[in-house]
Amino acid sequence: MPDPKNILMTPASVKTLSLKDLSFQRNEKFLFSNINLTLESGDILQILGQNGSGKTTLLRLISTALKPYSGEIIWQGKNVNGIREVYLEDILFLGHQPGLKRLLSAEENLVWWRRLNKTNLRKNVYAFEEVGLYNYKDEPCNYLSAGQLKRAALARLCVSEAKLWILDEPFTSIDKDFSIKLKSLIVSHLRRGGIVVLATHQDLKIENMKYFSIPDLSGANSE
Amino acid sequence: MKKLIKSTQQWLHKMASPRWFYQISGRWLPLLSLLTFVSIIIGVIWGLGFAPQDAKQGNSFRIIYIHVPASFLALVGYYIMAISGAIAIIWKIKLADVVMKSAAPIGASLTFIALLTGAVWGKPTWGTYWIWDARITSMLILFFLYLGVIVLQKAYAAQGLSNKAAALLALVGTINIPIIYKSVDWWYTLHQPATIKFTEAPSMHPDMFQPLLIMIIGFYLFYVTALIVSIRAEIIFRERNTSWVKELALNLKDKRSI
Amino acid sequence: MNNIGFLAILRRDLLLAVRYRGDLANPLIFFFVIIALIPLGLTPDSKELSEIAPGMLWITALLASLLSLDGLFKDDFVDGTLEQIIILPQPLYFMVLAKTIVHWIVTGLPLSLLAPVLGLMLSLPETGYLPLMLSLLIGTAILSLIGSIGAALTLPLSKEGVLLSLIVIPFYMPVLIFGSNIVVLAVDGLSIASPLAIMGALLALSLLISPYVTSCALRFSIYG
Repeated sequence: MPDPKNILMTPASVKTLSLKDLSFQRNEKFLFSNINLTLESGDILQILGQNGSGKTTLLRLISTALKPYSGEIIWQGKNVNGIREVYLEDILFLGHQPGLKRLLSAEENLVWWRRLNKTNLRKNVYAFEEVGLYNYKDEPCNYLSAGQLKRAALARLCVSEAKLWILDEPFTSIDKDFSIKLKSLIVSHLRRGGIVVLATHQDLKIENMKYFSIPDLSGANSE
Repeated sequence: MKKLIKSTQQWLHKMASPRWFYQISGRWLPLLSLLTFVSIIIGVIWGLGFAPQDAKQGNSFRIIYIHVPASFLALVGYYIMAISGAIAIIWKIKLADVVMKSAAPIGASLTFIALLTGAVWGKPTWGTYWIWDARITSMLILFFLYLGVIVLQKAYAAQGLSNKAAALLALVGTINIPIIYKSVDWWYTLHQPATIKFTEAPSMHPDMFQPLLIMIIGFYLFYVTALIVSIRAEIIFRERNTSWVKELALNLKDKRSI
Repeated sequence: MNNIGFLAILRRDLLLAVRYRGDLANPLIFFFVIIALIPLGLTPDSKELSEIAPGMLWITALLASLLSLDGLFKDDFVDGTLEQIIILPQPLYFMVLAKTIVHWIVTGLPLSLLAPVLGLMLSLPETGYLPLMLSLLIGTAILSLIGSIGAALTLPLSKEGVLLSLIVIPFYMPVLIFGSNIVVLAVDGLSIASPLAIMGALLALSLLISPYVTSCALRFSIYG
């Protein structure tokens, strides 16, 4: 049974993400307010809500691309504003758009991304084999289909050292076979002690999954 | 000590409340409007009618009673706009955002009036409606700065996005204003055009200066009054869904139906 | 870590510029074509042309630089790369600086190098060629830096072409004043030390401030 606000109060463990009294306003209206939750190593949080209810906004808040109206984000016991560089090294964010330059190949894009982010020692070819894009890794991205583009973006998951994955609709545009592969990538990340926060409509059926539903605040009074 | 900080914080928070501002300004507005009206009327009549004629320019100099206060307020108004914008983005105070939005068109209009009256002054003095001297050119560029902020504001509002970008633009403009004034000055002295040099009344006779002072005060009051009226309108619009505004509207409706 | 990020963006943007050479040519062609308009609109007389040459060359270079500005962040914005850049641990200041430098290499630098040739077409005296190039090299760098602020501010807007020009031009005016003056002084045989020093100061100021302001503007304009 999905539990709308699963609050766990634990002392700071090795990897924890806490949201405290988080709220966000747009055009004088609150998208959400007083969000409180805590995630630990191995936790996965699925964010649910209507389209436009603020799922992407919440993910962006967690990635610090956006600043909240009030409240804090706490990573491993410290406010992320104080440990900005450390926190950003620890997260991987994949948004709606693939984040790939169309004129470059999938491999060139990955090489560029790796220069800017903390990654493990695995080679690029390994990543492309994992996502089934090995034959297309040298094609300019504007020759790839939507599904292939998504795979190219998701190749980052295979080389990233980030502990917290923030994924916005990662299952869109990909076929059923790759969905299974993506789910297994997520599960192994969790097994290694990582945390995943994602927005998706898919029913993932992962053990101990946590859920958060963004209340639909349009028209109604706040909270 | 803690009490002092707490009460200051509460006061600041109160100050930043649109509703509080609306109520307080409502009480002061009648007096402000009266003072504005009175000082401008006195200044205009005294300056345009009774102040002594200028030795060189005759009666045409009288336009300075409008031109000088307008240019003055145009510049001050830009800084008011920029500073309130800065407060809005740094401390996220909504009222400051409203102030900035209201200050922009008022300042731009005053700049336009300054340019217009400058042209009116130009015709009898130099024989032409437009002259590229340092002050007028700087005023023109200030007008462009205002226009840029306003246009950016409107474009963002049209897409339902916040005002922060326009506030940042206004703020960057404040750094630019001294640079512009200095470089236009430099540019003008460099080229030494063969036209009459624009002399501001170097030391004005007290009889001429007094009405000018009154006009400057009057324009200040006008600026504040116009700003407050505009802010109130914007507050009502932004808070139109709240209960206190609805109550206000209903009260008005009742009063009218009597 | 800062250096690696800066270089990575620099390399990537240069690579992209080379891959898509269409962007490279446009400002140059524009510069060329407008300069051809001037005698047609005014006079073929060499003497008269030489008098207005410094100013016209500078104004046209300025406009050509302005035209290429809205592509600075647009592409990255649309394909989601900008989103990735903003949440990097490296300061956004350096990332923006890298992109701005590439923009200058691809627009301002070629414009400045082409300028003396166009100066010839407007009967600019030979003493003006080198100062023209020098003033434009510095001037277009300042323009790229200041222009990046405007590009960032107008990023989420749909019709930002004209808006961008409107916002940025008042900030360009001092640069134009001093830049064209350098050429005029040189043609008259006078020392250009004074305006050159001022241009240098403006460049230093914009190098320091612009990337920072642009970073703030990017954060504001993308997500509101």
